[in-house]
Amino acid sequence: AMAYGGLTVPLIVMSVFWGMVGGVLPWLVPKGPNRGVINTMLVTCAVCCYLFWLIAILAQLNPLFGPQLSNETIWYLKYDWP
Amino acid sequence: MGSLFRSEEVCLAQLFLQSASAYSCVSELGERGLLEFRDLNPKVSAFQRRFVGEVRRCEEMEKTFTFLQQELRDAGRVLAPCPDNPRAPLAREALRVQEQSEQLAQELREVSRNRASLRGRLRDLRQYLHVLREGRRFTSLPASLGSPPRSRALSEREPLLDPSLHQHLDRKINFVAGVIHPWRVSAFERLLWRACRGYLVASFVEMPEPMEDPTTGESITWVIFVISYWGEQIGQKIRKISDCFHCHVYPYPESEATREDTMSGLHSQIQDLSVVLEETEQYLAQVLDKVVLALPTWRVQVQKMKAIYLILNQCSFDVTEKCLIAEVWCPVRDLTQVQDALRQGSYKSGSSVECFVQRIPTSESPPTLIRTNKFTAGFQSIVDAYGVASYQEVNPAPYAIITFPFIFAIMFGDVGHGLLMFLFALWMVLYEDRPSLRQASNEIWLTFFEGRYLILLMGAFSIYTGFIYNECFSKATAIFPSAWSVAAMANRSSWSSDYLATHPFLTLDPNVTGVFQGPYPFGIDPIWSLATNHLNFLNSFKMKMSVVLGIVHMGFGVVLGIFNHVHFRQWHRLVLEFLPEMIFLLALFGYLVFLIFFKWIKFTAANSLVAPSILIHFIDMFLFTSNADNLPLYQGQVPVQTALVVLALASVPVLLLGTPLHLWCRQRSLRSSPATPVAAREQEPLLEGQEAGNSVNATKEDVESRGHGPDAKARDTAAAGSGGRLQHSDLAEIFMHQAIHTIEYCLGCVSNTASYLRLWALSLAHAQLSEVLWTMVMRNGFVRLSYVGGVVLVPVFAAFAVLTVAILLVMEGLSAFLHALRLHWVEFQNKFYVGAGYKLCPFTFTPDPWE
Repeated sequence: AMAYGGLTVPLIVMSVFWGMVGGVLPWLVPKGPNRGVINTMLVTCAVCCYLFWLIAILAQLNPLFGPQLSNETIWYLKYDWP
Repeated sequence: MGSLFRSEEVCLAQLFLQSASAYSCVSELGERGLLEFRDLNPKVSAFQRRFVGEVRRCEEMEKTFTFLQQELRDAGRVLAPCPDNPRAPLAREALRVQEQSEQLAQELREVSRNRASLRGRLRDLRQYLHVLREGRRFTSLPASLGSPPRSRALSEREPLLDPSLHQHLDRKINFVAGVIHPWRVSAFERLLWRACRGYLVASFVEMPEPMEDPTTGESITWVIFVISYWGEQIGQKIRKISDCFHCHVYPYPESEATREDTMSGLHSQIQDLSVVLEETEQYLAQVLDKVVLALPTWRVQVQKMKAIYLILNQCSFDVTEKCLIAEVWCPVRDLTQVQDALRQGSYKSGSSVECFVQRIPTSESPPTLIRTNKFTAGFQSIVDAYGVASYQEVNPAPYAIITFPFIFAIMFGDVGHGLLMFLFALWMVLYEDRPSLRQASNEIWLTFFEGRYLILLMGAFSIYTGFIYNECFSKATAIFPSAWSVAAMANRSSWSSDYLATHPFLTLDPNVTGVFQGPYPFGIDPIWSLATNHLNFLNSFKMKMSVVLGIVHMGFGVVLGIFNHVHFRQWHRLVLEFLPEMIFLLALFGYLVFLIFFKWIKFTAANSLVAPSILIHFIDMFLFTSNADNLPLYQGQVPVQTALVVLALASVPVLLLGTPLHLWCRQRSLRSSPATPVAAREQEPLLEGQEAGNSVNATKEDVESRGHGPDAKARDTAAAGSGGRLQHSDLAEIFMHQAIHTIEYCLGCVSNTASYLRLWALSLAHAQLSEVLWTMVMRNGFVRLSYVGGVVLVPVFAAFAVLTVAILLVMEGLSAFLHALRLHWVEFQNKFYVGAGYKLCPFTFTPDPWE
């Protein structure tokens, strides 16, 4: 596994997770009158949530500027956060 | 596949009902609630219909029931709703119900009348008794106890009057005694005095117990008066005056002995009367008991009967007058059930000939039937609120089950608020069977309760987006360690304490090694909630997110149109409408999405000073200019962009002229070759018969093809010339309609994309409101660290909680709900939905709610 900071690990984890939700779970839904609706719900949910997460992580992949902090925050975080 | 994706198949059918068994057949069908009956006698007024007599009979019975119910309510009884579900009564039973109810009503009327008269008589007797008893005070020597006499100025010298004292006067003293309403006493006195000029002595005393006023029914303390006078004329005047004042005058015997006799007589009369009255009340209670038992069932039965006769009025009789014909809309799946119901009805009415149902072809557009369960009903209703789906077109509801809560959650994203919403909805869902929740009378509560599954999903998605936005009651959580290292920046840039003291704000630079370690794995990095320039980053992120999600949503809407074109076998629309629409959307706005993702991936902090602006590039793309200061994103950008714009512009005339020209060619070929096989015409889409005016998506062709159905054959045989003139005007309309559609689509693409920016705007508003509430309300509770601070925290938290629920949950929730609804109804459904249908309303017996 990579050290903190890659795109790879989160990408693989999330893609597998939502891929399972959208691609594998529909096959496991028992047959019944609601199967079509449930499958539609699973696929739509997987697509929406995955896309939303992807946008969030890609927007932070290469930040063009950094956060501006107050000096009090800096004093505290210098020692508190690694 | 469930029928949620498009309407079920609904067909027009004819029912042939034998007259003898028509009633019970319709009763069976009503119990099952399968069909919608059509009115075959629309021009006939209500008074001329066949079964108007029966309907009138039902209404008379209902009048009797209303009277009975009124009596029950006056007696203070409560009517319970009908426990079981009785079927509509047959003729004999109905007659019995009518007779019994009328008999009960008659009895009730008589008993009530008796009771009222008995009561009146009892009241009179008691008043008389009181008059005699109190009057004794004025007319006999020993003063009796009781309320003090209230004599006024005119008899100030001698309130007590003894006839024996005045025996030596040569006048005979007479008495008028009675009872008067207390408010009229002073006027009465004054008038007496003025009229009779002191030739009388009037005494007034209040009755010891209050009694009921017969006219108004309220309990009043009457005033007893005894007037002693001498002279016949005075007597007449007094009696007239008492008449005017509506007093009850009672004969006042002169001698003491007669008075005593009368009083004892009155006593016994009152006793007897009380006994009789009690028995009457008991009998009345018995009658009311009978009514309470029978009335609910009767009411339901008569309601059903009336409904059945109203339906039978809509049928037409056939020539032989022995058979009723009804036209119904019936779901194809239920035809066997209908046949079964008819068989049962015929069997129950004892007729040997069976009624049957027969499907008939129609060119009209059938009603839409989409079966929902308790979960999907809420989502279907918000789609239907905009417009009921046209017959068999794609239903947006199954997709809205997820996309609507998701779009709501983008604008509402906060873990804490989402969790509260989710728990509230969970409570409603878990206790949904409780009648106290289900049958509340508050309309606002009922609205929330109907949408409980909607709110459940909205809350759940809000929790997810809250984690991505990293906001929990406006505070960020550091589930994973933050990717920004302040220590690294401080060490590299040698930020000593003195340096920090002189610089209140400092920015972390991602170019410095070790400061930025990679993207936060799930959501927005928690350092941004501590930064003062967090809006710079978040605004850019959220705007791009809104645009990307909006274009994906709209693209999905255009793709859903494919299902419509395929189902209605309009293949030309696939090529001439879907394809140019998709190319236009993707070439321009799909490219914008690509630019956004590309810039995120390719440009880093190293070249942040020269990073190009996507917006300027996009504008230059349309204007075919270029800006020297704006570096290209990739090599060859300008020719690629030019090609895309040309492609998009080229698809516009295809969209504008493609379908009309195709239709024109088809009509020309139809005209020139009359031997076209009938099969081609039978493939006309089922969108015939709809008004195309109110939707952009119902093209003029749909209305045009209505003309193809019935009289296509006639047109073939008619002269081509006359047909040609007809085509010309239709074609102009088709062109016009397609032009409107094209303009609306192309301009709509631009404006709708911008419209999705409301996702950014509302999520910004929510975040800011949340932050303000925290910093200005809740944080003040943590200022003092002593025990006093702990006590102060309680009201501060109360204020924080109330404001959170009122402003952030209710107000922001409603606002985000509304905007999510608008995005679905306008921006999403514009791309494929017609929504010009009408719902199937089956004939079913709905229970009438008691008031």
